[in-house]
Amino acid sequence: MNSINFLICGVGGQGTVVASDIVSEVGLKAGFHVKKSDVLGLAVRGGSVISHIRWGRDEIHAPMVGQKEVDLMLAFEPLEGLRRLNFMKDSGKIILNTQKIPPISVNTGREEYPSMEKILGTLRRGVAQVFPVDALAKALELGNSKVVNIVLIGVLSTFFTIDSQHWKDSVKKFVAPKFLEVNLKAFEAGREIGASL
Amino acid sequence: MKVLLTGNEAIARGAFEGGVAVACGYPGTPSSEILETVARDYRDSVYAEWSVNEKVAMDVAAGASYSGVRSMVTTKLVGMNVLSDSLFYLPYTGLEAGLVVVVCDDTGMFSSQNEQDNRWYSILGKIPMLEPSDSQECKDMVVEALRLSERFDTPFLIRSEMRIAHSKSEVILGEREKEIPLPKNFPRDIQKYNCNALFARKKREVIVRRFHDLKEFSETSNLNRVILQDTQMGIISSGIVYEYAREVFPSASFLKLGMIHPLPERLIRDFAKRCKTLIVIEQLDPFLETQIKALGIEVKGKEIFPPYDEILPEKMRECAEKAGLLKPSSPKKVIDLGDLPTRAAVFCPGCPHRATFYALSKLKVPVMGDIGCYNLGSLPPFNAQHTMGSMGASIGQLHGVSVSGCPERAVATIGDSTFFHAGMPPLVNMVHNRSKGVVILMDNSTTAMTGHQDHPGMNKTLMGVSTERVDIQQLVEAMKVKFVKSVNAFDVKEVENTLKECLAWDDGPAVMITKGECIFVSRKPKPAYSVDLNKCVACETCLKVGCSAVVKSEEVNPKNKRKKARIDPVLCNGCGVCSQVCPTGAIFQTQELEAKE
Repeated sequence: MNSINFLICGVGGQGTVVASDIVSEVGLKAGFHVKKSDVLGLAVRGGSVISHIRWGRDEIHAPMVGQKEVDLMLAFEPLEGLRRLNFMKDSGKIILNTQKIPPISVNTGREEYPSMEKILGTLRRGVAQVFPVDALAKALELGNSKVVNIVLIGVLSTFFTIDSQHWKDSVKKFVAPKFLEVNLKAFEAGREIGASL
Repeated sequence: MKVLLTGNEAIARGAFEGGVAVACGYPGTPSSEILETVARDYRDSVYAEWSVNEKVAMDVAAGASYSGVRSMVTTKLVGMNVLSDSLFYLPYTGLEAGLVVVVCDDTGMFSSQNEQDNRWYSILGKIPMLEPSDSQECKDMVVEALRLSERFDTPFLIRSEMRIAHSKSEVILGEREKEIPLPKNFPRDIQKYNCNALFARKKREVIVRRFHDLKEFSETSNLNRVILQDTQMGIISSGIVYEYAREVFPSASFLKLGMIHPLPERLIRDFAKRCKTLIVIEQLDPFLETQIKALGIEVKGKEIFPPYDEILPEKMRECAEKAGLLKPSSPKKVIDLGDLPTRAAVFCPGCPHRATFYALSKLKVPVMGDIGCYNLGSLPPFNAQHTMGSMGASIGQLHGVSVSGCPERAVATIGDSTFFHAGMPPLVNMVHNRSKGVVILMDNSTTAMTGHQDHPGMNKTLMGVSTERVDIQQLVEAMKVKFVKSVNAFDVKEVENTLKECLAWDDGPAVMITKGECIFVSRKPKPAYSVDLNKCVACETCLKVGCSAVVKSEEVNPKNKRKKARIDPVLCNGCGVCSQVCPTGAIFQTQELEAKE
């Protein structure tokens, strides 16, 4: 089946579902058939979250993908990116937000958070390219820690030749109108980061 | 117009297009977004409400349908057990206007206490059932079910599941039906609408005849489709797993069932005859397989695919290869990631439940738990909610512990919405039967776990209309509980001391109401806290409040060689619980409030 497969992973509360909504919407605007699947529910309380998105020229059946089937991963958190590594094709690319969110098991000393060097090293063994991005720093620079997701969407948009207006329209559709301006700034900031990678 | 909708949004759209006038239910993952979408997008055409529980919702829909308008009930899988009592009278009474019940199963148990396969309810309740496999079918089947409900004078069930509910796919939108039933004077048709055994007995035959007619309808309905390709292998399937199967067996022939009760017998026999090998692919129980085998047709199913958990495309391929249905694919080179730290869900920073579980954990009392965010208190570092089974079970269990002669004084934890749903009868039961035990009513002013829906303790309805707030303390007092005290959920000392008072109470049950808004309700984070590293001795007491904002710093206390604490200012919502438990007063509130949303 011919499709572009995305995986978005992170920690509940980081805005991954909005990001997956945007990626899906852009796919539809760009003329693809689209399916996506989110895991919600209990996972929103600081748990691991994951979304699958598929764009296809032909009809798509399953909204989910399996091991070694993902082309592009948007990892909102390094440990979560590592956790999902085996979803990636060898030729795959990972955009990695470097913002660490240690799980409670690490905070309480029961488990150890792997070092950034180790995470990047393992990721690079698994895929063709890894692009570390400090989206949180950019979001804080814009004065709102919650726009990390849109910074990352901005970075992702530079991986495609799709009209940036499609991306902006999709951002507009899924963020609260009250915060549209800062989100559009975040998108542009993400595009700048993407262009420099 | 073509749009992307989740299964839940598509069902809401179907309710709109199909002319539903009344939609109700109780929140529960993965079904909650259906009514939220109705209330948000179709409020001008459809009345939507969160009813106090699923059974009440079912009766509301029945009343609306008897009054001549189309209605819909939504529920998560286990809510079917609650509403079935009322659902089961409807095939006997029939209705004046279409009624559809949408149940969202949770195959894989992402957020439910069991993995029940609700397809069996169709057989048990004698109710026809449809099963969509994508968002387009979700929408279309709601519209179709409403029409069929009127045509056959019976409620219809639609079975969705998590991967349909929370997946998006393309949907072509239609218009709202023009000719829909309108409200009318209530029918005084006692023989039809009163299930007195005298009248209901006569309906048994009606139901049998109806099923004969439904079966005939199913044989030719385009709800069921044959996709004839290579006839070496024929696959009978339905729902989301049909979509997976199309991907795993791209060249096989398919009988795709949209109507899964009653089954189209002739269509199945005909398809079976055309195919050399016949396979049933279904998740959970052998629901289709058992019935098809009963027709005397040779078919394989559960001997190939497991009867529990999801059968995702990857799993399906693996099972099919093992059974020799597919050629073995080359093994995938996966990287050994070692043991990665787990990431369990936790109470949000600023959660009003934190102080209570800190106290429960400290006092080491047995805790009967209930369903809601507070069940996270069963996980480390608290390990303090020892049971959880079903809505409202905590208080009934507490009474059972009390009358058992168990030497320990026990506690029940139950949230405000869960209390209204199923906690009031067992509390009244405790009072009447002179029980002892502590009920902690955790009032966070919302139905939090399922996404912050309203309930009778709040002053706004789903439609955004102002309403009377039911006062929980007055309610409990009216039940004649003699010890009732409300406390500030964020005050660690007040919570602990009141809990101790409750545990010592001997004159019937004692109720402590912990009052503190869910951080998603108040939306008013206070300035973040910070750690004075000169005062911090790295005793790690603050880590026992289980907050993801409280982390270890890089600074070590040379005396105990432990890392001192640090508070992540981005995550901290300023509740101050960690600061209250700090024995050296090292945690203080900063002045700056970081912009959050």
